[in-house]
Amino acid sequence: MKNIKFLFLGIFFAIVLSKTQAISWFRFYEMFKFQSFHMYGIIGGAVIISAIFMQLFKSGKIKDINGNRIVPKPKKKGFIRTILGGTFFGLGWGISGACAAPIFVILGFKLAPALILLVGALLGTLIYGVLSKKLPN
Amino acid sequence: MDIILQPWAWYVGGPLIAISLLLYFYFGQNFGASTNFETLCTMAGADRFSDYFKKDWKDRDFALLFVVGLIIGGFISAYFLTPNQTIDLNPKTVTELSDLGFSNIGNQYFPDEIFGDDVVFSLKGFLILLISGVFVGFGTRYAGGCTSGHAITGLSSLQLPSLLAVIGFFIGGIIATWFIIPLLF
Repeated sequence: MKNIKFLFLGIFFAIVLSKTQAISWFRFYEMFKFQSFHMYGIIGGAVIISAIFMQLFKSGKIKDINGNRIVPKPKKKGFIRTILGGTFFGLGWGISGACAAPIFVILGFKLAPALILLVGALLGTLIYGVLSKKLPN
Repeated sequence: MDIILQPWAWYVGGPLIAISLLLYFYFGQNFGASTNFETLCTMAGADRFSDYFKKDWKDRDFALLFVVGLIIGGFISAYFLTPNQTIDLNPKTVTELSDLGFSNIGNQYFPDEIFGDDVVFSLKGFLILLISGVFVGFGTRYAGGCTSGHAITGLSSLQLPSLLAVIGFFIGGIIATWFIIPLLF
């Protein structure tokens, strides 16, 4: 089981999100209402430090565990899909206070509501999959 | 132990999230969370409905282990690491939410008005969560990523689609909190 390290990384990431309150509904509410710096500090800090790592990946100073170059996958392009898809995501995130990873973490805190959110998210994914060829990109 | 049990400051969170991303890439994979919704759909047999789900989910065993880790980490955090769920909110936020009829504001991570047992099993409460979930799942797959994949991985690697997606996240989040929440409560 060489991938078991991802299990431990998941545990670590969940603890980080939980302890910094980055799974709390209140934290996202105040973020979207621009009433607190907390989430901007967390996400902004994560992005800035990750950008430094990305430069180290690019220059080859950090390689992966097998000695290969690390190249982040390019994101799918398309103005409508990213803006419109992002807006849908933001609507769900703003109302429920839960984005993708936290839904799994919240299962430990509030089992029933997180299960409903997860079933909804899978249903939403299914709807996207069925419609994917018909939606504008 | 006391340091672990106290809430962690924002300047601790940013670096630790970046370290998680670093390790994820160092282990040879692309950091993100929401592709797992697709994988779980495939495992549940969604390939009967659309070729979109005809993928070999066994290639994603690493990501599924990460998800299992997230769930275990959530339980560990909830039961052992967060005895104090008080959130230091802006007094303005508290007044606003109190005007909307919220109680116990900032005394716990999740408001009873959305996550409480009696609310979750009422039709309105159930639908609020289910439809939010549908928006999250549909939106992240359409946009091609979530907060981890777009806001953190995509922005830090200077990808334009991620900037557009994050703008979308905020359009949606602002509509939700400024206009929809006051309508719902």
